[in-house]
Amino acid sequence: MPPPARNCRASPRGATRPSGASPRAACAHLAALGARRLVVVDGHFDLALSDLDALEAGLSIGSLARALADGERNVLARVGAQTGADGDPAYALNTAFMRDGVVITLADGAIVERPIHLAFVHAASSPRAVFARSLITIGAGAKVMIVESHEGAPASDYQVNNATDFAVGARAEVAHLKLTGEAANALHVATQVATIGAQARYSSFTFNVGGALVRNQMFVRCAGEGSTVDLGGVSLLRQRQHADNTLVLDHAFGGCVSREMFKVVLADSSRGVFQGKIIVRPHAQKTDARMMSQALLLSPDAEADNKPELEIFADDVQCGHGATAGAIDADLKFYLMARGIPEAQAEALLIQAFAGEAVETIAHAGLREIVMDAVIAWLKAR
Amino acid sequence: MSEDNEVALLEIRNLHVSVDERLILKGLNLTVNKGEVHAIMGPNGSGKSTLAHVLAGKSHYAVTAGGVTFEGEDLLGLKPNERAAKGLFLAFQYPLEIPGVATMNFLRTALNAQRKTRGEAELTTPDFLKRVRGEAAKLNIDQDMLRRSVNVGFSGGEKKRNEILQMALLEPKLAVLDETDSGLDIDALKVVADGVNHLRSPERGMIVITHYQRLLDHIVPDIVHVLSRGRIVRTGGKELARELEAEGYSAYQEEAA
Repeated sequence: MPPPARNCRASPRGATRPSGASPRAACAHLAALGARRLVVVDGHFDLALSDLDALEAGLSIGSLARALADGERNVLARVGAQTGADGDPAYALNTAFMRDGVVITLADGAIVERPIHLAFVHAASSPRAVFARSLITIGAGAKVMIVESHEGAPASDYQVNNATDFAVGARAEVAHLKLTGEAANALHVATQVATIGAQARYSSFTFNVGGALVRNQMFVRCAGEGSTVDLGGVSLLRQRQHADNTLVLDHAFGGCVSREMFKVVLADSSRGVFQGKIIVRPHAQKTDARMMSQALLLSPDAEADNKPELEIFADDVQCGHGATAGAIDADLKFYLMARGIPEAQAEALLIQAFAGEAVETIAHAGLREIVMDAVIAWLKAR
Repeated sequence: MSEDNEVALLEIRNLHVSVDERLILKGLNLTVNKGEVHAIMGPNGSGKSTLAHVLAGKSHYAVTAGGVTFEGEDLLGLKPNERAAKGLFLAFQYPLEIPGVATMNFLRTALNAQRKTRGEAELTTPDFLKRVRGEAAKLNIDQDMLRRSVNVGFSGGEKKRNEILQMALLEPKLAVLDETDSGLDIDALKVVADGVNHLRSPERGMIVITHYQRLLDHIVPDIVHVLSRGRIVRTGGKELARELEAEGYSAYQEEAA
């Protein structure tokens, strides 16, 4: 039995209310799943607010600030290591300015049943820029679920440049969920770097409702044979929101299977961007990669930009991609209305079904429910 | 046709409808009373499906003259969902697939939306499940089908049975069956026809639109109309359907020309 989760009130400085549909409700959901909550306030890992009791065998959690101050060699090596994000300006800026974050290490074979919830809270009343870096190292054969949530005080102006680096050992299993519900004026740039060992399973899902401008970038590298990578995302945008999901998936070794499914729903004059690049290196034979990105435009002023890219240097691979953009199907809507369902409800049902196809790719029922509930909450507020 | 002074269930007067500026219905008249089953037969392109869609309220069809009343109220000013809540049901010729919407959820949403529009209480979950399971069993629809997305991966027969299931649950006052026989083999046709016959009632009217007489062997109409070039050109009893089967539509096409 996991210990009872702590109260979801995050900020010692009060006044943090979630801006979007997700974080507060998600927090309660995660508590119900027995998640271990780690709180990062304005870029600083707040040990006092975090649940560090009774760590499971093989799990260690510390602050990046302390690790850097102590000159921990493993951490310094990770921060200085080459990654797929090298040369990326946002990531370089994070490297230059980051001072703190969460360092999580799972020993080989450690199985952690309680999800780990990284709650990034922006509580500052004055405008600021926040840079945090988290390092997550998962040993061979270890298993864990990591949920990130990002939220901020509603009327505040701030920008976030966040980076989360995963090193996933051979045969390890990692499920990652990122919930972005930043304040309406916030600018949020997040970089996810993941290096995936042989025969490991890595899944990451990005749900996005908040912020004025959000960019989620993912640099994922299959660094051993036979791994499985599932990347997915749903963005629900309105007014003048802009959200960008950009991913580079590097099949550096053969025999890996990857699936990507990203969906965006665009109301008002919002804009959604998807850029997905899959690289298959010359010796990465038997790669099986499929990418899909789809946009549903609810307004003539909305814009969707899709850019799939495949760079294939091996000759015995299966790779495919698809990209679609369109409005709600008028015939489907008529069918629902002809059965007595009012127009707004018929649209909501079709939007839910559109987003639901991607949400269904989340393997864990509890995490899937968190995202589906957030989709329904967004539709109700529409 | 009405034997007393009761208001007709459906009254279509001089209906003119155009699609993309092409006139399809050219002065159609039809009265349907409670308890009557009308068959509308006609060659391809005569306007049968246009009539069905105009009654259900599909946009894209422009009514340029004439009108339609449903129990004495103007129908054409209502949205499709309002027409459904008043008791009008269209069984689609080509039922649509809705990926991601479970059939059970769809049925429940539709039924409760109609009840809400009529100011009735929503059905409780146990009551709803009991009703769905009862009606589904009569149509040989198994539980697995109800869990799947609406019509996704359904055979032609399953799609049509799903339409009749919706009709049974929604209990319309007037059901319009648009080419319900198309794409069905004889066994599937019998299941569908049995489902429809089961729903015949002195309180309910039906319009069965079909190209072929075969369906009318199973759903026997009270009145048969021949639609040609946008008008009803002949009305008779059920024997008219057999005559059409024997002689074809050519006589009417010339007559209307």
